[in-house]
Amino acid sequence: MSRVRGGHNYYQVRISDRKVTASREKVDVLVALDLESIERHRASLGEKGLVLYDSESLKKSFEGPEFLDVPLTKIALESGKQRVMTNSVALGAVHGVLGVEPDTLGEILKEAFAKKGEGIIEKNLACVRAGYDYVREHCKRCEAFELSVPGEKGFMLINGLQAIGLGALLSGCKFYSAYPMTPSTGIMNFLASKAEQYGIIVEQAEDELAAINMALGASFAGVRAMTGTSGGGFALMNEGLSLAAMTETPLVLAEVQRPGPATGLPTRTEQADLLFVLHAGHGEFPRVIYAPGTPKQAFYLTNKAFELAEKYQVPVFILADQYLGDTQWTYGGFDPEKLIYNDYRLRDKDLEGVLEYKRHTFTGSGISPLAVPGECGRHLVVTDSDEHDEEGHIIEDAETRVLMMQKRLLKKLPLLRREMEGPLYYGIRCSENPGGSELPEILLAGFGSTYGVMKEVVDMLSKDRKIAMLHFSEIYPLPEPEGFDFLAILKNAGLAICVENNATGQFAKLLRAETGFEFTCQINRYDGRPFTAEKLVEEIHALL
Amino acid sequence: MPSFEIYEGQEPAWCPGCGNFQILSSLKKALVELEIEPWEVLLASGIGQSSKLPHYMKGHTFNGLHGRALPVATAAKLANHKLHVIVIAGDGDCYGEGGNHLIHTIRRNPNITLLVHNNQIYGLTKGQASPTSAQGTHSKVQPFGNLSEPLNPLALAISLNCGFVARGFSGDPEFLKELMKAAITHKGFSLLDILQPCVTFNKVNTFGWYRDRVYRLEEEYNLNDRVKAFARTLEWGEKIPNGIFFKNRRKTLEELIPIIQEKPLVRQEFSINKVKPELKVFY
Repeated sequence: MSRVRGGHNYYQVRISDRKVTASREKVDVLVALDLESIERHRASLGEKGLVLYDSESLKKSFEGPEFLDVPLTKIALESGKQRVMTNSVALGAVHGVLGVEPDTLGEILKEAFAKKGEGIIEKNLACVRAGYDYVREHCKRCEAFELSVPGEKGFMLINGLQAIGLGALLSGCKFYSAYPMTPSTGIMNFLASKAEQYGIIVEQAEDELAAINMALGASFAGVRAMTGTSGGGFALMNEGLSLAAMTETPLVLAEVQRPGPATGLPTRTEQADLLFVLHAGHGEFPRVIYAPGTPKQAFYLTNKAFELAEKYQVPVFILADQYLGDTQWTYGGFDPEKLIYNDYRLRDKDLEGVLEYKRHTFTGSGISPLAVPGECGRHLVVTDSDEHDEEGHIIEDAETRVLMMQKRLLKKLPLLRREMEGPLYYGIRCSENPGGSELPEILLAGFGSTYGVMKEVVDMLSKDRKIAMLHFSEIYPLPEPEGFDFLAILKNAGLAICVENNATGQFAKLLRAETGFEFTCQINRYDGRPFTAEKLVEEIHALL
Repeated sequence: MPSFEIYEGQEPAWCPGCGNFQILSSLKKALVELEIEPWEVLLASGIGQSSKLPHYMKGHTFNGLHGRALPVATAAKLANHKLHVIVIAGDGDCYGEGGNHLIHTIRRNPNITLLVHNNQIYGLTKGQASPTSAQGTHSKVQPFGNLSEPLNPLALAISLNCGFVARGFSGDPEFLKELMKAAITHKGFSLLDILQPCVTFNKVNTFGWYRDRVYRLEEEYNLNDRVKAFARTLEWGEKIPNGIFFKNRRKTLEELIPIIQEKPLVRQEFSINKVKPELKVFY
């Protein structure tokens, strides 16, 4: 919601003793703090579902076995003396429903309210306990929801935007400039919160034109730089993207999609900027697009984005969306040993003994030496948005133009393609040998944030169907099918379905343009909401 | 001390008689006299005849997009504040296409110098009105004459409390050089608007037109009186004052960022071991 206070807001949490990766349509426990929550979400209640509410503060009673009336506000006033602590009572009550001792919750509240002092902490803890006790005493049927306490503890909890920010931080990002835009702002918030501790400059630009040009200025001056925005802001960044390409200035750009056109649905989700990002910027130049499916992928791919941006001096995108950005996942952990860090910039004594440095030298790989201005003795670093010669000065002649296009674009493209990893295969037959004789009868394909829902649907349907999925997170340049022949799997599957959170099947178009493969079936959702497991299953069944 | 020759660049592709030649020469002399070496200078420019200037001298160069030199320069300065950062722009470039960046760069106050070649006309695109063209200026695309009020860059800058606001004239290169030296040595953002004839497209504001009007601000002029300075910037027509209109030492953007007080950002080495503990925050 773009309403900052008031209005209807909700959050869905899934708890399971096995790994879950998607949102569900059905709700087991609905905690309704206002009347609207009941009206809107009552229909999503599962068969044995429960609505936890407070008839006194909602001024309405509901009949029926699914309703559990808990005097949340009354308890808050009794135990905490403040109405605002109703939230804490509700949290305690949920723990009561689930039969989980609220000790971890207590720890979290102590942390959250540390600055507010002991008194506030004590009152909140009392509210939690009172809410918990009330439900334990009054709700016999709640036994049905009881969870076994997990043996394993200490998971990490992280959302997609934090994962991108964390990935940037651990990749040596030193400069981030952006103009606030939902749903991308979380990256800026994260990096700004680490700025002082780790020496990062985060600059809020006056507009997205400035944001991308600042990132380029910082990168040109020798530090790893990044910018982030959503579709509308990225529209403004197009000329800057083209500039990054022409000047061969390394740039990492996060495009966190929301539904368009124009302002669209600012706080909702969509995957409709794929072809925009693919074709953005005037002229022809190489680019890399990553579309992580989970916070974990977002973390590692952000790292890879910094590596490739600097190694090849090209713009690299992290194409995310609101759903991936704002959804929190639990993990055992991320492994910092898997991160890559190579400083490809020339500085200090790197150019010692070199007589003549030219920023855009022609080389076999197309990659020219990237010196840091002012940090390499007397060598000068010159670049230009006009077509230029090896030194970086304006030219007009056809011969140099052709050589530069070959250097900047044609030589780098195949090298970039080789850096890309194939899609992730999951489902029937083991992933090590996906091209085996037994091929899926149903094959789901997609990119970015549909990873979780496709995976869960594969699990749900695999009892009765030979089903699998191909998830693409390194989507441009599309990897060679040499190592892993995903094209053969697509061609030989009984029914290959492309699942996308957009109206026109943009990834299917990309795949057809790059490989000639055409999906016969597509499932598209473009109401601004993410796919849920049940809805996707329904749509698959409709195609069978 | 660096020599004038060390600043020799490519051969300019400007019209013969263009005011840009004096501006180029004054800038080279100013840098030589300030004993700044080419490798200590970053020249950032946009697009326009003015923005080709970096190619015609020596220095690190980022010749970027139309109107966008200021954000590039600001960030480069933040990344390495040891560099002298000089932005070369034109009236269309900086007061039109990049107007928003000018406003916000003045607010930020990075220690960079902005030289605006102001010829009150578009040269590169061949003769359209610019943001500083007089009302009524006729061109191929202004058949009823330029309908807009001209922008007053100096008044705008003073209204934003810009720390260094000055005007020079390409036809007075010695004084222009001194103004450039003052702008470069000023701590904070400095705007030097440079009047310059366009010999090809501007038949009104010619060299003679400027020469007859331009005069230097009197020696007893008070540099620190913002309101009076604003009033002086409104003086335009029969007489056009040149010189430093306003000075104000505000803290620079770089001075306000604690993490770069000891070392420029570019010299701060990255160590993954230092940031690794951040992973624990999410548990």
